[in-house]
Amino acid sequence: MYTAKPLPEVNLPPLRVVGKPLRRVDALGKTTGALVYAGDFSMPNMLHAKVFRSTQASARIRRLDVSRARALEGVVCVLTADDLPDAKLVTDMPGQTGQKQRKGSDAPVLAADRVRFAGEPIALVAAETLEQAERALELIEVEYEPLPGVFDPLEAMKPGAPVVYEPDNIVARWKIRKGDVEAGFAVADEIVENTFRVPFVDHAYLEPEAGVAWVDGRGVINIRVCTQVVEHFRSIARAVGVPHNKIHVQGTMLGGGFGGKEDITVEIFLALLAKHTRRPVKLVYTREESIQAHSKRHPFIITHRTGVKRNGRITAAEITMVSDAGAYPYLSPYVLLYATIASTGPYRVDNLKVDSVSVATNNPFTSAFRGFGAAQAAVAYEQQMDEIAKRLGLDRLEVRRVNYLKTGDRNTTGQVIRSAAWLEETATRVLEALGEKSEPPNEHVRIGQGFASYWQSYGRITWFHDTSRAWVGLELDGSAVIRCGVPDLGAGQVNSLCQITAEVLGVPLEEITIYSTDSALTPLAGTSTATRQLYMSGNAVYMAASNVRRVLLDRASKYFEEEPENLDLADGKVFVKSDPENALPLAELAGMCAADGLPLSNLALFRAPFTAKLDPENLRGDVFPDFTFGAHGVEVAVDTETGEVTLLKSVACHDVGRAINRAAVVGQIQGGSAQGIGYALMEEVQVKEGIIQTPSLSEYLIPTALDLPITQAFVLESGTGMGPFGAKGIGEPSLTPAAPAVANAVADALGVRIHSLPLTPEKVLAAVRGASEPESGEN
Amino acid sequence: MQVKAITLKVNGRTHYVALPPNVTLLRALRDLGYTDVKSGCEKGDCGACAVLLDGQAVNSCLVLAWQAEGAEIITNSGLGTMEHPHPIQEAFADTGAAQCGYCTPGMIISAKALLDRNPHPTVDEIREAIAGNLCRCTGYGQIIEAIQRASAMMGQ
Repeated sequence: MYTAKPLPEVNLPPLRVVGKPLRRVDALGKTTGALVYAGDFSMPNMLHAKVFRSTQASARIRRLDVSRARALEGVVCVLTADDLPDAKLVTDMPGQTGQKQRKGSDAPVLAADRVRFAGEPIALVAAETLEQAERALELIEVEYEPLPGVFDPLEAMKPGAPVVYEPDNIVARWKIRKGDVEAGFAVADEIVENTFRVPFVDHAYLEPEAGVAWVDGRGVINIRVCTQVVEHFRSIARAVGVPHNKIHVQGTMLGGGFGGKEDITVEIFLALLAKHTRRPVKLVYTREESIQAHSKRHPFIITHRTGVKRNGRITAAEITMVSDAGAYPYLSPYVLLYATIASTGPYRVDNLKVDSVSVATNNPFTSAFRGFGAAQAAVAYEQQMDEIAKRLGLDRLEVRRVNYLKTGDRNTTGQVIRSAAWLEETATRVLEALGEKSEPPNEHVRIGQGFASYWQSYGRITWFHDTSRAWVGLELDGSAVIRCGVPDLGAGQVNSLCQITAEVLGVPLEEITIYSTDSALTPLAGTSTATRQLYMSGNAVYMAASNVRRVLLDRASKYFEEEPENLDLADGKVFVKSDPENALPLAELAGMCAADGLPLSNLALFRAPFTAKLDPENLRGDVFPDFTFGAHGVEVAVDTETGEVTLLKSVACHDVGRAINRAAVVGQIQGGSAQGIGYALMEEVQVKEGIIQTPSLSEYLIPTALDLPITQAFVLESGTGMGPFGAKGIGEPSLTPAAPAVANAVADALGVRIHSLPLTPEKVLAAVRGASEPESGEN
Repeated sequence: MQVKAITLKVNGRTHYVALPPNVTLLRALRDLGYTDVKSGCEKGDCGACAVLLDGQAVNSCLVLAWQAEGAEIITNSGLGTMEHPHPIQEAFADTGAAQCGYCTPGMIISAKALLDRNPHPTVDEIREAIAGNLCRCTGYGQIIEAIQRASAMMGQ
């Protein structure tokens, strides 16, 4: 039995609004169906669009004939690559923070002479009705000449393999060389080596990609769309061939994103069709098209070779990683970078060699997915830690405890961990809550428990020089307005900004209105990715609100004849701290400020730490602003007759720095856990010769309410994060430890390890029978 | 295709529409402006388009509009408004059960159908009732809590 390690003493300033599990500002609009999503908009005179896509994974387009489609009644526009000679889709992110675009990171908007993956767009259709647009797709004639394809990243690296795009199939490589690996292995008592594999995974957000575009009276192309990145307006402008200021992205609240709406989806298609037809155009993907068209989580093959002393201390580690980038690069280099840096786990490894490579194939393209490479890395490093414990005959916590990173330690790239690293604190809480193993109901069922610790960065790679802007203003009736370009994926991004403003200005939460997600009308806040919005835009809003607060208190100081520091703002009033009855409504104070011509609003810019780009041949230096730490534990029942794995208990504990909305934090933890558990047990986009075999939600299964226990969430607050009030990020971290925890629990139940996710009944039965598992890692 | 004039009774309003036989109730409702009925898969896998059809929760993508002629159709927006939310809508808002909110209207419809026939369901009965509604954000914990809370509120 384990006992929770006592927490270090922390001194968190008391707050009135922040931290409370308040009803989110967006909640009632969602529960009553009043909120309008991207696919819900329609416009007068609107056309309906469809995309014609490749059925081949690797082929030359010998002939493309759209004349019959163009001639169909109701069809207004058909576009092919011939109509767009200069249209390039930027799959890197230069438009977001101004950094240089990676070489070779363009993809065609529409395939011209060859296709590289099944589902690649070839033609666009706009018609008066959706039915006519669908019918037009059937009339498009295409002849393919199949070309040799490559569908396995290991094969794709071999000499003579078909080249997906020039010059070769290597999309990116990163290396870490730290300490003396040979010497480290020489002093090791044991060397443990394992290879782990993780599959393609789909984001499976409930809202398929959707949008409406139109050209307005100024010639501006407006695009109302669900996206995690309104800053794509610059890349859209480039693809469409108009100046940046002629594209206006009006983002909507998202029906889920998880990284799948981080890359451009429907935007360029809509902009092109609106530009060519001068009519509003709507494009909504079906579920099948969504699965075919958007990125997947990268499959990885990860090998760990770890030298350890008898007490579990790691003396050296050699790690190799291969990821499948699919047919176009997208964010593969950065996903690989995250995986590379996270590869050791939250452990001190002084002698380290990491070699990672991302490889092009004719598979579906891969890009961002909650966890962004660090989640794949965790599946490997946490199973490896259990294997080390098993080899040494040590307790699973003990082998981690002797290696855990501590505040002040240097990580894989030599970056100093500055915030709290509550690894033992979180792991022991999880283990204590799991308690004794349950009794199996019969002799066919085996019970197992497993846990995983993790680390995950929040905030973007610091060489991107990330910034966020926010505007906060007080209205004359004492209500407040926030303008901030933040896209809300459903995780509560905009609500957090409202709760921060409510805290700083003393305006009740329900009297705050936020305008968000607009590339032209709200200050640009950067992407809702990389667990960065609370950290970045939270700080920007905090700065802007604090600047308004200063103006208010200065003016109130004259009225009360008290120093500003003796005054405070709360519940819609300014008051004297020592005599709270001596108060003035904010509306009156706002009126006084307006009468004096004082600024009741402020636009603030927050900058993350800026660093120089690191040497890919040996990553050394700071790469991330900071890290979140925590643990997840589960208990499983494995039926040895059916191979079925049932989750009995799920417990997660994370140090979130400071919770801004406690209910939202718990929601992130429980939801992230569900995705991690799905990753471990059931989710896999099966791909055969480049063709997806799980084309809809009938085949691609995600957890239902019957598949999951409610994850018990322990929310710890060290107050040491870089976000407002000491907050860290929890969006992505909540997913990361769940899958390895499940894998460790299943291995605990079976006594043998299955080296590839998902842990399907077939693999479990094979493991029970002692047969070699399908696609097993060498061991 | 043959077009037929039919009557659809939605949230107490009557609509006369002319539709061919292959139009699903989901598409018909959305075209009438009931965009709170969400489209997630159009083949009955996700439950986002659930509505009450004469009190029964159904996936509107699996019902043809013609089949719904004359029936009492209730969508989530027919249960309450932002000013006067239904207790289930209120409970979903208060527990954090709506994250992205896209599954929420269908989820609330399933909850409504459950509580109508079983006002005090167990957790297992709640799980069973919403098993056809996928949620990718919450892990279902706060949704189950919301339905329990609504059950308690409505029982008072």
